Amino acid sequence: MIGFPILSLITFLPVLGMILILFIPKEQPKTVKYLSLAITGVQVVLAIILLANYNYNLAGVFEEKSFQFIEKFTWINITGLTWLGTVKIDYFLGIDGISMPMVLLTAIISFIACISSWTITKSVKGYFALFLLLDTGMMGVFVALDFFLFYIFWEIMLLPMYFLIGIWGGPRKEYAAIKFFIYTLFGSIFILLVMIGLYFSTTETLADGSKILTFNMLAMMNPANSTADGILSILNPNNLRFIAYIALFAGFAIKIPMFPFHTWLPDAHVEAPTPISVILAGVLLKMGTYGILRFNYPIFPEITRDLMWWIGMFGMVNIIYGALVALAQKDFKKLIAYSSVSHMGYVLLGMASLTTTGINGAIFQMFNHGTITAMLFLIVGVIYDRAHTRGLYDFGGLASQMPVYTGFVTVAFFAAIGLPGMSGFISEALVFVGAFGVETTRVLAIISTLGILLGAGYMLWTFQRIFFGPLNEKWAAMTDVDKRELSMLIPLSVIIIFLGVYPSGVLDIMNTSVNTLVNLVVNGL
Amino acid sequence: MANLYQSLELIKPEIALSIALIVLVTCDLIFHKDKKFIPYIALGGLLITGIFLLANSSVSGFAFIQTDLMGKIGLVAVDSFGTFFKLLVIITSILIVFFSFSSEEIQKITDRIGEYYALLLGMILGMFFLISATDLILIYLSLELMSLSSYVLAGFTKLRDRNSEAALKYLIYGSVSSGLMLFGISLLYGLTGSTNLYVINMMLQSPNANMFTLAFANILILAGIGYKISAAPFHFWTPDVYEGAPITITAYLSVASKAAGFALLIRFIKTTFVSFVDSTGNWQLIQVFDWKSVLIALSILTMTLGNFSAIWQNNIKRMLAFSSIAHAGYLMLGLVVFSNGGLLAILVYFVIYLLMNLGAFLVAMLIANKTGFEDINDYNGLGHTSPFLGIAMVIFLVSLVGLPPTAGFIGKLYLFIALVDAKMLAVAVIALLNSVVSLYYYVRVIKHMYLTAPEKETQAVKPNLHDTILVTVLVIPTLLFGIYFQPLVNWAKNSLEILGLM
Repeated sequence: MIGFPILSLITFLPVLGMILILFIPKEQPKTVKYLSLAITGVQVVLAIILLANYNYNLAGVFEEKSFQFIEKFTWINITGLTWLGTVKIDYFLGIDGISMPMVLLTAIISFIACISSWTITKSVKGYFALFLLLDTGMMGVFVALDFFLFYIFWEIMLLPMYFLIGIWGGPRKEYAAIKFFIYTLFGSIFILLVMIGLYFSTTETLADGSKILTFNMLAMMNPANSTADGILSILNPNNLRFIAYIALFAGFAIKIPMFPFHTWLPDAHVEAPTPISVILAGVLLKMGTYGILRFNYPIFPEITRDLMWWIGMFGMVNIIYGALVALAQKDFKKLIAYSSVSHMGYVLLGMASLTTTGINGAIFQMFNHGTITAMLFLIVGVIYDRAHTRGLYDFGGLASQMPVYTGFVTVAFFAAIGLPGMSGFISEALVFVGAFGVETTRVLAIISTLGILLGAGYMLWTFQRIFFGPLNEKWAAMTDVDKRELSMLIPLSVIIIFLGVYPSGVLDIMNTSVNTLVNLVVNGL
Repeated sequence: MANLYQSLELIKPEIALSIALIVLVTCDLIFHKDKKFIPYIALGGLLITGIFLLANSSVSGFAFIQTDLMGKIGLVAVDSFGTFFKLLVIITSILIVFFSFSSEEIQKITDRIGEYYALLLGMILGMFFLISATDLILIYLSLELMSLSSYVLAGFTKLRDRNSEAALKYLIYGSVSSGLMLFGISLLYGLTGSTNLYVINMMLQSPNANMFTLAFANILILAGIGYKISAAPFHFWTPDVYEGAPITITAYLSVASKAAGFALLIRFIKTTFVSFVDSTGNWQLIQVFDWKSVLIALSILTMTLGNFSAIWQNNIKRMLAFSSIAHAGYLMLGLVVFSNGGLLAILVYFVIYLLMNLGAFLVAMLIANKTGFEDINDYNGLGHTSPFLGIAMVIFLVSLVGLPPTAGFIGKLYLFIALVDAKMLAVAVIALLNSVVSLYYYVRVIKHMYLTAPEKETQAVKPNLHDTILVTVLVIPTLLFGIYFQPLVNWAKNSLEILGLM
């Protein structure tokens, strides 16, 4: 299709940029910034090329030949271990309808976050080097089709994130950074264990007809590849698949973050600098739900079917709990962080329905939450840069002071509430239609609608506290958004409104794959 | 006589080492004015030994045949497993010689530098025989040769009070544990009538040994070996000695002496208590002593104790001491599965451990050279003023935690693969939770280097060319083996042969 390995390029371009940055002298921070901007810009262009060449009719999910832009090479090949057999690990990349929207989202959010990083002045070189490394990790997670490779990308993100929060963050940055690090590492050790268990339970047939154990995640989805006595093999009557499912789910749930594993998120968000909050909310949280859809659902369909009520229940708790806690916040950024918890709940609820509508809604909600919350954090960043405070009660009457800004805030807030005409409305509606249509999740869906009400409550109340009422004289000199800020807010607003009126732009990409995934989970292969 | 020639042929590396030792001592006596070239004699000796080792790498056989027992059995077994560990010792030793070149502590004692290297060579000779020994007497003798040299080295610089305290503690603990081990050896001899491990194995297969006495003997011997690999509860000397000894020796003890101890433990158990290896690579133990439970308990205790104690340490050497205790615990996990897969994991882990642990000690030494700081709280801001060392330290520490894309992850991965394959999931979970705990104290160093703002201007540490190359030599494989570990595993895979009876 395309004459060059586009997925490798989009994934490793940032690492290349990181190496180049290390050779730029410290005295030229501008060069570093423009180089990073160029790299993330090229990523967006590559993502658009991907989209332009993407075949909407191919499903992917479990079938290697219907994945697109595949790159597959032998990476590690250790032969001659008589008792272990051949150990072979592939460098295996490819995308389908589930990962394509995420790749697009990652490229866009990275680019926006790079513009947002313009205000960084402290060790610029180090910041952008880490930023680009993080970018590679995120992109890699969404394009990897080998579990081992996936895990490497998954873990590569930890260290840059630790530094980005820890060095460039707010007053309690050290605490927030280590909390983030320990929480996510705790989650990923369970993923690691399940990965090893699945390795011993799955075989792959080589070209010469011999069977070897494999980390290939597509092979793991096909029960025909199971070994007879692997601990996670479906053929083994004493298998530990249920425990493995829970462990894997917990590992991903920490990243979402799902209640009760969410406590790292508010700390990380409040202390992180604006661009890192944007990345965190825009992309990192999606990895949790993406992981569940990519691993838990197709590899353990029988358990997914049994646990759909529980997944929906946790989704509901996330929605209501997140919204209630958000109502009580006095810090603007913390409020957005908790609204994130609430909005990720919709993703879980949609996934729990096991219907095409519900899962379409869930993935679309992932995309929309990425863009909307990114915008909300940018909005917080705008007033924090000017006022150096985020207290909701410190402001008031800003509407007349900063009219353009108020306009963008209106767009973002209404999108977050789920007002028709904005992208958030479509995805939440799909989630509710999906969840309501299935008996198991119907009651949960009904209770969850309360979340929309609460969401409107805290959003509008926040709007009122900041923009209406008498102007706090302290901020009389506050300026409206500048050109750089416009360059971030305009594209995001355009995406949000465009997808609100033309949701097929993203829904069509995923539809075929989601159908296949639902079919796989509900009916088996 | 043919037997003797054959034997000498097999122990060429040890002979080369002994000659180097004699030449070094003689030169030290003759040229007592100018001793600048002494280290180079040691280095040359080590290189020649290394070349002999590589030449010997495909050779296997027994040297100094004692008995004829379904094949000739000797005092010294030369096999690929032993050669692997000897190579690790040689690599570590060569690196330590280069460490010593840049260590301020060692450079201050130029007049006694000959003794330093002589003791080092003596210690290596002890380790070489320890790795290969298949007779309890030789095991004891080589253990003592190695230990006595290390006692002196631990207190060698005598510049600080801590130093002599460390040496004394080391000596006292060491003598007690070797006394216990000797007692265990005598009991084992009393039970079986032989000191040769293969003969003991034959005797144990016939079920007439007194189980209680045997268990007692095994535990005593384990105490002696456990002391060398600093496994809990025999680890009490480690933090004090590691803190007090010169950093070069601390680093050396943490890698080389641990490697020799592990080689001994593995060979002792494999040769004495394993009846055969089945086709899937599992070792079938003779049912006389429950090594599995004992070793599982010890390894979990060791790693948990090591990790939780490390959290509270402020001195970087003490912290790394407890970290090395924890790593001994991880390494023992490879043994408790009693399979070739587990052995492979140990070998892979050891190479990686060598790189990352020596690397961390090297950076700590370079920082201490320049600033005199050994306290982690004094590291504030160092990452910003000394970017090269900072990044290198981050890579070593992240590798010690076991995060990809560093080699430490591959080491852990192989261990966990071995554990899951043996269906020891609970142990695997405990070990993994331990590595989450370890994250906290390793990252604490990173936190001080990068996150915490220094109260006063931090002195920049600019390594010279020699040090830069040395750090790079350790950093590159630490990263490379993390993403391309095929050569490493292939090397380990070809080094699994422990000479057995069959």
